[in-house]
Amino acid sequence: MSFDAWLPAAILLSSMIPGMLIFLLSEESHRLRTALNMTGALVKLGLVIWMIGGVYDGQRYETRWTLSPGLDLVLSADALSVLFVALSTLLWLVTTIYAIGYLEHSPNRSRFFGFFSVCVSATVGIALSGNLLTFVIFYEILTLATYPLVAHRGTPDAAHGAKVYLAYTMGGGALLLVGAIWLQALVGPVEFTQGGILGVSPEEIRMELILIFFVLLAGLGVKAALVPLHGWLPQAMVAPAPVSALLHAVAVVKAGAFGIVRVVYDVYGVEFAYANGLLLALGILASVTIIYGSMMALTQDSLKKRLAYSTVSQVSYIALGASIFGPIATIGGMVHLVHQGLMKITLFFCAGNYAEALGVHKVSEMDGVGRRMPWTSLAFTVGALGMIGVPPVAGFVSKWYLGLGAADAGSNWVIGVLIVSSLLNAAYFLPILHRAWFRPAPKQWPQEHRHAGRLEIAGALLWPPVITAVLALSAGLFAAAPFSPLEWASLIAEREYGR
Amino acid sequence: MIDALPLSVTLPLLGAFAVTVWPAHARALGLLAAVLTAASALTVTAAVWTEGVLRADLGGWGAPLGIALEADGLSAAFLSMANTVALAISVYAGGYFKRESARHFWPLWLLLWSALNGLFLAADLFNLYVTLELLGLSAAALGALTGTREAVAANLRYLLVGLLGSMSYLLGVALVYTAYGVLDIGLVAEAIEPGPVAWTAMTLMISGLILKAALFPMHFWLPPAHANAPAPVSAALSALVVKAAFYLVLRLWLDVFAPVLNEAAANLLGILGAAAVVWGSWRALRAERLKLLAAYSTVAQMGYLFIAFPLLAATPPGLARDNLLAAVVLLALTHGFAKAGFFLAAGMVQKTAGHDRIDELGGAAQALPAATFAIGLAGVALIGLPPSGTFLAKWMMLEQAMILGLWWWLVVMMIGTLLAAAYIFRVLSRAFNREPTPYRFVNDARTELPALLLGLIATFGLGIAAQPLWALLEQGAFG
Repeated sequence: MSFDAWLPAAILLSSMIPGMLIFLLSEESHRLRTALNMTGALVKLGLVIWMIGGVYDGQRYETRWTLSPGLDLVLSADALSVLFVALSTLLWLVTTIYAIGYLEHSPNRSRFFGFFSVCVSATVGIALSGNLLTFVIFYEILTLATYPLVAHRGTPDAAHGAKVYLAYTMGGGALLLVGAIWLQALVGPVEFTQGGILGVSPEEIRMELILIFFVLLAGLGVKAALVPLHGWLPQAMVAPAPVSALLHAVAVVKAGAFGIVRVVYDVYGVEFAYANGLLLALGILASVTIIYGSMMALTQDSLKKRLAYSTVSQVSYIALGASIFGPIATIGGMVHLVHQGLMKITLFFCAGNYAEALGVHKVSEMDGVGRRMPWTSLAFTVGALGMIGVPPVAGFVSKWYLGLGAADAGSNWVIGVLIVSSLLNAAYFLPILHRAWFRPAPKQWPQEHRHAGRLEIAGALLWPPVITAVLALSAGLFAAAPFSPLEWASLIAEREYGR
Repeated sequence: MIDALPLSVTLPLLGAFAVTVWPAHARALGLLAAVLTAASALTVTAAVWTEGVLRADLGGWGAPLGIALEADGLSAAFLSMANTVALAISVYAGGYFKRESARHFWPLWLLLWSALNGLFLAADLFNLYVTLELLGLSAAALGALTGTREAVAANLRYLLVGLLGSMSYLLGVALVYTAYGVLDIGLVAEAIEPGPVAWTAMTLMISGLILKAALFPMHFWLPPAHANAPAPVSAALSALVVKAAFYLVLRLWLDVFAPVLNEAAANLLGILGAAAVVWGSWRALRAERLKLLAAYSTVAQMGYLFIAFPLLAATPPGLARDNLLAAVVLLALTHGFAKAGFFLAAGMVQKTAGHDRIDELGGAAQALPAATFAIGLAGVALIGLPPSGTFLAKWMMLEQAMILGLWWWLVVMMIGTLLAAAYIFRVLSRAFNREPTPYRFVNDARTELPALLLGLIATFGLGIAAQPLWALLEQGAFG
């Protein structure tokens, strides 16, 4: 096999192999486990950087493995997969550091980090899937790998959350499977192709194709937490903080949103989807989710739950971008895949730090945390402002392009949705910032663990949110620089719309 | 090369004699016989793969008089699965049984193994009857090994049901012999003509076999028999013995009764299969004991295999039908590995906890990562999730069902899949317990590794590297 055919598989295996080895390690082998984790993450990063350059130059990377006659496992890289792969690889590295710090003294770490690596491998597999079969395979493996992470703590709460998570995702997986098989029975193996493959399909199967679209959407919508399929997400909050970060920013919800983007652009084709009203349906669903998620976030006192509902809302920006016919909105949706990831992971890291250092779990307990934990709170502030859409943080760029795209496509109602959503975002984030910075601290924190070093909390817990906050800020500040997420999203839109 | 054919039947038989004569060395001799048998059987598979269909006429007599053995792709596929699983069971049994019970286990187990290999390789209908009878007798005796009242009662029933099944089969054989004067499968296939005789013979033979394969509603004997046997025996019964009966139905369907077939019969088998999928999965979900759950899961999994018949009947010969056939075989093989792995691991958990009540298994499951992983991997294959062989097989079956427009089979199989996910995760969720345990991945290599390996084969081996199965089935099984 040539190097080009080997690269996608290597990227997948760079986290899979360490994961498998970690399972076998005894609980005490801290060093070896950390070494395996970090080696995997760094090797993956190197390979992905290599791939980014190649894909930019139009190089084709494809690993193809025949499972049985007519069924191929295809890993391939186009601009869209690179966007997702790069995001997950970068954030895996950061989250691994954070998780090592966060779980320093807790039990069952071999099991945790093993599944953690499998989870990232599945996400990368989803990103690199070259056909619908491969996508379904990794989508299901992701479910299998995240279940143990959600259940990890073993408390009755965790068991319940994991059960709800499983019920939703298994149901979604089954629908996706049915849709994929139905589609394949109708049109043959479905390879992801720019412009979609269904534009040329015969007229008499059009109704069936539309029906299949909704089956697929229901299957993907569970992970993407589209209303009313989002019920698992707030429940899954019982997982340890690094898992929540991974679930919300990188792996699970993104896998769903990414799948929707793939189905719209590379299976159905945006023109076919537009002409048959599929885009409008998706847009309405996304808008309802955006508003609903924000309203629910407003009513939560638990910080993690508020962030969870915020995820429900924000992830749908990606689907919204895909649902507007026109390259500018596409850019907005795609770039939000990365931007939301950077901002949301920052917020979850910070929430984890508040809980870890001060025992603060609720918004109402956050008075004065700014002065007590300035760096964490600064990172949190950047993330929150970004979510609201304040320039120059990355979130502003996404919303700007979405709005511009909507205006360009004549869907002015979308702008209304964006404005309402931003107001709601402000309504549930600004009070937190106000409490953190402008209210006096209580005499005693709920459960304080004073860190011995010079920093407010262990470095492994502090640096990750600071780094991701800086990244979120830079993605906005330097949006026009080459290889910025925005530039990359423009490249995708250019290729999808064939200009 | 040809010699490996009779060897894979006679070696375990010799082993059975040896362990009876020298019971003090039962374990060592038994393991030796197991390794040699598996090696000879895998040699047969390799030879079929590279050289094509093998045939051996014992004693120099050709058909229609002598005892003939024949291996084509279909038999070779089942043979290799059965012998790999049987070898794993043997290694496990070496660590599982205490001295006294080992004496009773090994002779019966090797006898069963010999019958099993004979069944996959026999080339005529009467020899098939002999192997079937021997298989049933040794299986029932093994099942009663624990000696508990439940086990003895369940296996007495199993024995009677088995005899009834063999009798029905034998009647069909007698009918064929009186009508056509031949017993060799190839010769019968040439001679047989559609008509009342052929139809009656087919009905008798297939009814006998589906009774032995525990197809709904004839499954009633299976759960108590499989759940009360010792773990390695449960594994053999659930993974191999019922599978042998299914193999014979498939063999007769494809090779002997092809001219007599009609869609009504195929649909009837499919409907019973669908009922088995739903009922078996539901009962598995309600089961309070781990091994009972596994036994009901077998009822459900056998159902999937029978759903293949209406699909096969509706698909015209050609590439699509070949793929469908391969998918069915893949499903059967994957289930063999997965169910054996599941039972072996469950046995380990049961031994550690002292019981197998699912609700109280938490600590034991958490303390045995390798066994729990084996249950998890086997579970992935039982549900039919990727990357297991079951997923691939189900995908192909479902796609063909959709192409044929027979969407209701898809609905049934998806319901079964979701129910399976529910009953498997009901078990797995116990492994997440709050107490931290000293973590070592493998605690008892001899019993945990065979289970883990079987689980890995089912989930990764057959899912990702299923391609060789097609090459194997090219040898006489397709077309």
